This record gives sequence, C-alpha cells and structure tokens, in this order.
Amino acid sequence: MDIKVDVRQTDGTHGVSVVDLNGEIDVYTSPKVKETITELIDKGHYALVINLENVRYIDSTGLGVLIGGLKRVREHSGTVHLVCTNPQIKKIFDITGLAKIFGIFDSEQAACASL
Amino acid sequence: MRQPVSHAQSGSNQTRRVELHIPAEPEWVGVARLTAAGIASRLDFSIEDLEDLKLAVAEACNCCIQNGGDGDLSMACELQSDRITIAVERRGALSKPGARPPASGDDAELGGLGVFLIRALMDDVVYSSDQTGTRLTLIKRLGK
Repeated sequence: MDIKVDVRQTDGTHGVSVVDLNGEIDVYTSPKVKETITELIDKGHYALVINLENVRYIDSTGLGVLIGGLKRVREHSGTVHLVCTNPQIKKIFDITGLAKIFGIFDSEQAACASL
Repeated sequence: MRQPVSHAQSGSNQTRRVELHIPAEPEWVGVARLTAAGIASRLDFSIEDLEDLKLAVAEACNCCIQNGGDGDLSMACELQSDRITIAVERRGALSKPGARPPASGDDAELGGLGVFLIRALMDDVVYSSDQTGTRLTLIKRLGK
C-alpha cells in the first residue's frame, strides 16, 4: 500500500500543474500527497489538476488533503480540478458533497481546458 | 481460498468471530481494512458493499487512532447469516478529552468527515468514547 506522486507542467496551457497520483490515498500515504501539493502552492502554482485515474482508494484524510489544497489556491483566485472516472471514488465525492465543490472531469484534457 | 459462505443455502445461523490486534499506527490501518473485506467476502456482499466496508473500517481505525488511548487497535468481526458486525476499539484514556464525532458532514476535519462517511456507508453505527477507550461498532447487512 503506497502512493506514487508525479508532477508535470502541461504544454500549451499557461500555469497548469498536473499531479498524477497512483496507488492508495489513506492516513498513511496522504502526508506525501499533502507535501507535494503544499510545495506546488508555495511555489506559486495555483491552477492544479489532480489526476486520480490510477487511485484505487481514498479515505477522509485524502479528501482532507484535497480540500486543504483547494482552500489554499482559492486564496490566490486559483482552483483545483480532479480527473476521476472510478465509480467508487466518485461515489465518495458525491456522498460528502465534495463533487459540488471540486470540478471533477473524465479526462485530463477536459480538466485542463476548463481552468 | 474458500468459496463464499451462503448461509441461506447451508441453513447455518452460527456466528463466526475473527479478531485482529494491530499497532495503533497509520501504516497498519490498511491491514485492518483488507482483513475486514476478506472476512466480509465470506458472505454474498457485492463488490461495492465490500469497498464501502473497507472505507468504513479504515475510518473507524483512523477515529480510534486520532481520539486516542494508549493501547493497540483491536478489531472483532462477527459474521452472521445476514450481516457482518465489526467492532473497532482502542483502549486507554482519550488523548483529546471530550472528543466526540460530529453528527453531520459539515465539519471537514478528519474525524468529522470520517465518521460522516461511516454513517453514510454502514447500516448501523454505535460509537462510544470515554476514559476507558474509543469504540465503534459497524453493522452491514446483506441486500441493503
């Protein structure tokens, strides 16, 4: 049970950082995700796309990290969009009401285009 | 791997009980959730139900770790013909005196959101937290 975190800057879209997550985001692994997102924001990246396509599991600590990131970028008029097609994970966003707060897209292209 | 138990077919009303004791540390929560799902898969739960159960158990463990106590985490799973009952407990005094889970999902803090998810995903939840420890009992029934 681990999480792999990669960060990319998209070509052609000014200022969009894509965070690719692969694995499980839980109480053990979420600090690593938080560290990456915090570092990006500290460096002035306020338009974030977080790709959850390869995330198999997320718990409340993972949701908390995403919420924290969104709060911080909004202070700079930025936003966080998510890429997610996993029905189980989308269900968690629906249950918690977070689907109304985050932009959730089926593809990275759509998420970047809407920023 | 044994085949899932169908109590409706076997006619058995026997309760099967499995206990797990793990350190109350984040890296062990995954063991608890996967164990719970493996035990629950002995009944005819859907994949979606098993995923719900995994998340609820993990959140219960998180709650016990966060609210405190000084002991290990224990998880007791009881399989009956139509349900699984999972009791997660950490003994010892609270590290956050008076800590209680909120009743709604308005609080995005870890404990609040976690317990909100447990209540949303499970059929019944009983929570107690006092100076002897923190306990959450989760019940998931078949076909609900």
